[in-house]
Amino acid sequence: MKNLLKGFLFLFCFHFASCSKSDNDEDYIALVPEEGEHLLGGTTTVFNATQEAFGFFAPNLTLDEQSDFGIGNSFFRQSWVSAPSSTTARDGLGPFYNATSCASCHFKDGRGRPPLFDKEFGTGLLLRFSIDGTDAHGSFHPDPTYGNQLQDNSILGQTTKGWYSITYETITETLADGTKVMLQKPIYTIHDLAYGALASGVKISPRVANQMVGLGLLEAIPDATILGFADENDANGDGISGKPNYVYDVATNSTKMGRFGWKANQPNVRQQVAAAFSGDLGITSFLFPNENCPPGVDCNAIPNGGTPEITDISLNRVALYSATLGVPVRRNYKNQNVLEGKKVFENIKCISCHIPKIQTGNDHAIAALRNQTIRPFTDLLLHDMGPGLADNAPDFKATGSEWRTQPLWGIGLINTVNRHTRLLHDGRARNVEEAILWHGGEAQAAKEKYKQLTAQERSNLLEYINSL
Amino acid sequence: MANKYFKVTFLSLIGVGALVASCSSDDNNDNMSNSKQAVVENYANIVSANYQKAYDDAVVLKTAINQFTATPTQANFDNAKTKWKDSRESYGTTEAFRFANGPIDDENGPEGLLNAWPLDENYIDYVDGGLPNGGIINNAIEFPAITKEVLEALNEEGGEKNISVGYHAIEFLLWGQDLTAPSAHQAGLRPYTDFVNGGTAANQSRRRDYLNVCADLLVDNLAYLVNQWKVGGPYRTTFLALPADEAIRNIYLGIATLAQAELAEERMNVALGNADQEDEHSCFSDNTHRDIATNLQGIINVYQGKYGSIDGPSLEELVKNADVNAYNDTKSSVDASLAKTRAILTPFDHAISGGLESAEGAKVRVAVLELKNLGANLIAGASKIGVTVNVVE
Repeated sequence: MKNLLKGFLFLFCFHFASCSKSDNDEDYIALVPEEGEHLLGGTTTVFNATQEAFGFFAPNLTLDEQSDFGIGNSFFRQSWVSAPSSTTARDGLGPFYNATSCASCHFKDGRGRPPLFDKEFGTGLLLRFSIDGTDAHGSFHPDPTYGNQLQDNSILGQTTKGWYSITYETITETLADGTKVMLQKPIYTIHDLAYGALASGVKISPRVANQMVGLGLLEAIPDATILGFADENDANGDGISGKPNYVYDVATNSTKMGRFGWKANQPNVRQQVAAAFSGDLGITSFLFPNENCPPGVDCNAIPNGGTPEITDISLNRVALYSATLGVPVRRNYKNQNVLEGKKVFENIKCISCHIPKIQTGNDHAIAALRNQTIRPFTDLLLHDMGPGLADNAPDFKATGSEWRTQPLWGIGLINTVNRHTRLLHDGRARNVEEAILWHGGEAQAAKEKYKQLTAQERSNLLEYINSL
Repeated sequence: MANKYFKVTFLSLIGVGALVASCSSDDNNDNMSNSKQAVVENYANIVSANYQKAYDDAVVLKTAINQFTATPTQANFDNAKTKWKDSRESYGTTEAFRFANGPIDDENGPEGLLNAWPLDENYIDYVDGGLPNGGIINNAIEFPAITKEVLEALNEEGGEKNISVGYHAIEFLLWGQDLTAPSAHQAGLRPYTDFVNGGTAANQSRRRDYLNVCADLLVDNLAYLVNQWKVGGPYRTTFLALPADEAIRNIYLGIATLAQAELAEERMNVALGNADQEDEHSCFSDNTHRDIATNLQGIINVYQGKYGSIDGPSLEELVKNADVNAYNDTKSSVDASLAKTRAILTPFDHAISGGLESAEGAKVRVAVLELKNLGANLIAGASKIGVTVNVVE
């Protein structure tokens, strides 16, 4: 392999235009990839690009970690049932919930999507509720009646809180060469609210279930590295001013840098997992011991699956599982079109936020995740993405128009694993190009540059992104 | 329909892809490909015969259930339980046809309606410590009638309702919850009078309806599989038209996944790791040891090309011709898997109740490792006959 690579000349190119070529250009020098750039997860990269690609554990786990991974997998994949049940380790669903298993929304550890028709439940999009103001820990206030999330299902004997439907408004973007791209903006309607009205001025923030790969590697990036990417006051004048979120860490009762969730509102994988168990499945844990109970419902009178419903050891195993799903290897990374697309990605400054290469630290609890050269394509920072994407719902330090830079690793395999290509926090984009064209705010300039590209350049860029 | 049970029954992976040894292009190729096609056809015969047997046994079970609900006596109750256990014997070996890109667990497949686990028993009927009037049976307001249409519709409401039909639902209705200690060696102790008007529990007539509907649906869903695989049936036709290597890969995916992942990891190792009495497959009847035995036998049936009176061209022969070491390794692993699973204490809840550190738990662990080894050997054998199997676990 190395000899083969050495057979090519490494072409370093500052100006994209000078690199464009025709196929019969005799002076053309083949582009070569950087060594190891296909190994998105460093030595924890998984060599599988099938429908199962997101489901393998990162290599190099210890035997005990592998065993915990297997058990965690079971709790992630199997349905939870209502209490009391003979399967006591797996009961306590609800009373109010969005899905009966993690895998319902993260199907094959992958990406959820909006429902395709009314009352198609459990596909991976939920609505968060917040009202103005912040609580003692800096988080938003939930809706006083419905809490922080619309659970659109309930166990037998309880009345479901309500459900939502989506309609789409078409927005047309016209590229420089005249190509028109139709975007769809979602509009949500909430139906059959069973416990009275929502608070006036309630903010609705849709959130889609993300693919699960590489989360532990993101956790293993040192705070200092992330702070090194931040430029809150845009001192370098590039129009991009990433800032970290600072959020409440329940276990330590302290403020920590946020890394997970669409607004980086969770400090670590375990708390993210526990929050999802609580909000999405109605499973209590030591981190989130309370059921999501609307006023007038006595949740203490409803049988539960124990206090808490998921034991600490099971929660830890699901957290380990969630942290150690490996990132699949890149495909087609030596293709000339892909390598041309990579240059476009650099030239139009996608890399300002989608950071291509990061080193993990040396102190993560899971040794296999330490000291890895990873290629997550994120800075884990919040950026103003403009009014088009704004949900107007602040979340700790994140404003109503700020979102965390989404990691791009695995993006090209979502279609293989999940049979759809829905992207962005609410799944509104139907493909990568639509997602790019929704970028605004700090990313407006990059989007405008995208619109100026030729059809070939756009195609190369999309091929590159789909190779990730 | 986005059926959650198809989602949840698919496995995530621990495993690794096996490497391909591509066939060299020589005269053996034609022979090899002819014999592969013969193995594929023999497999189709096995699948068809096994689903037919499972269907026939389910019809016998349904008859026994109908007899019991018409005349609810202890004798008829016991007979229904016996017939349930019989029906599990023939269904258990069919699980080797799962995970094979076939009709049992594709996006329209009935696997979740047949064998969903864990069962949301509380959704069906009263349970210990549950709400009074819990479950569909005791909720005549929301569910005035218990019919096939009603229980099927619950499954179709966007896939997020709890499916509470299939073998384990019938098991729960016949045995009830297993509330005794594992050491008592007792299964669930539901009295037959739960089904007698004026007997124990409430809503006896609705409980009889629920049991009958479950029996009907079981037969319907097995009939679907019989039809898919019968000679000239839709999936059988598709399957036999696949390139032989692809069909063989699917066959291997099924048995390797069952060996390494579903059986070894999910049903045995996870249960052991949880050391939870009822974190086992057939928890009401304490029949999990038979699930383990029949699953393993199903794997062996497929590998050796045998079922009932069928004894035809097999994967084992292909492997033997290609690489005698791989054949021997797999043979040893088959024997060891049989021995080590038979050594597990029954009932299974007793075997796992002490966890990994206990002497009985250690035996479970040994069997788990041997089943994983069997899966690895199967995959290694596949590579010797030129078939890549991305092993799932």
